Amino acid sequence: MRNHLIPRVMTKLLVPAILLFALYVQFHGDFGPGGGFQAGVIFASGFILYGLIFGADMMRRVITPRKVTFFIAAGLLLYAGVGLVSIVLGGNYLDYGVFAEDFAAGQRLGIMLVELGVGITVAAVMIKVFNLFMVRMDR
Amino acid sequence: MIATIDIVILVFLAVIAVAIVRLRSLFAVVMLASIYSLLMALMFVVLDAVDVAFTEAAVGAGISTVLMLGTLAMTGGQEKVPLRPPLLPLVIVVATGAVLIFGVSDLPAFGDANAPAHTYVAPRYLGESEVEIGIPNVVTSVLASYRGYDTLGEVTVIFTAGIGVMLLLLPRGTVGSAARRRRHGIGAASQPETHALADKAEPDPPQ
Repeated sequence: MRNHLIPRVMTKLLVPAILLFALYVQFHGDFGPGGGFQAGVIFASGFILYGLIFGADMMRRVITPRKVTFFIAAGLLLYAGVGLVSIVLGGNYLDYGVFAEDFAAGQRLGIMLVELGVGITVAAVMIKVFNLFMVRMDR
Repeated sequence: MIATIDIVILVFLAVIAVAIVRLRSLFAVVMLASIYSLLMALMFVVLDAVDVAFTEAAVGAGISTVLMLGTLAMTGGQEKVPLRPPLLPLVIVVATGAVLIFGVSDLPAFGDANAPAHTYVAPRYLGESEVEIGIPNVVTSVLASYRGYDTLGEVTVIFTAGIGVMLLLLPRGTVGSAARRRRHGIGAASQPETHALADKAEPDPPQ
């Protein structure tokens, strides 16, 4: 794929738009369709498109496998951590109402954080699985 | 109008399902499965389940197709012809299908306001979540707040699945700490060949 001009140029044009759309889906999930799961998959598909066209080595320069592994755990820990913080602040586990004076404002903040955790883990797992497939194929 | 769209989509789904069963070229099967997912996403839009449609389009038609194609690149793209006719699987599939169709006859009619799903907690979610949680998308408030435990469980499932794939596909000698690898005689010290692979798989590239 590396030597095909048109896919290369189109990928360079598309990847930023895909990543931006993923962020839109991530943070607009409260108001429209979407949320962490969908955003994570779309975000990962941007990386996967890049990896398909430019190869596994270039993808490894964008984000190292070690960092991807880190983010797999980080998203889940962010989600679980939000629950622990709500206990520390005097609520139940994953009870976001205690995050702010106003119950609804706390809920909005909590939902935003856990959705971000979902998105990070989903995106990292998808990128990791694809990465492992590419390494396997290169052999 | 909606009925026409439903019929067209359902006919396409049936045709694609039969084609997937009959085709031996796995590349074509993967592409048809992707189209099947896309049509299912359309179906969910018709049913007003846009969040589900979004997930189906992104996961079913997008990522899983790419991963399937990756698998084909490793394993080969032609399904082997079975040695004898698959009678036992056919019996199992027909029996399961019959049980499912029997079960459908017990379901409440589509859109029935008195269905159990619409009389338990749904009225409260639909009526009060916008005031209580403060966001207009009820699906998000149910997933992330009312049913926060469930979603935490789902993320854990994805996390575990990712770890499982890593354990299966990471090249030998890159799993575990360096000391542990030395103790078991795999990886860096004893097998230079695996070491080269390990280098390829894990370490950070030179900047």
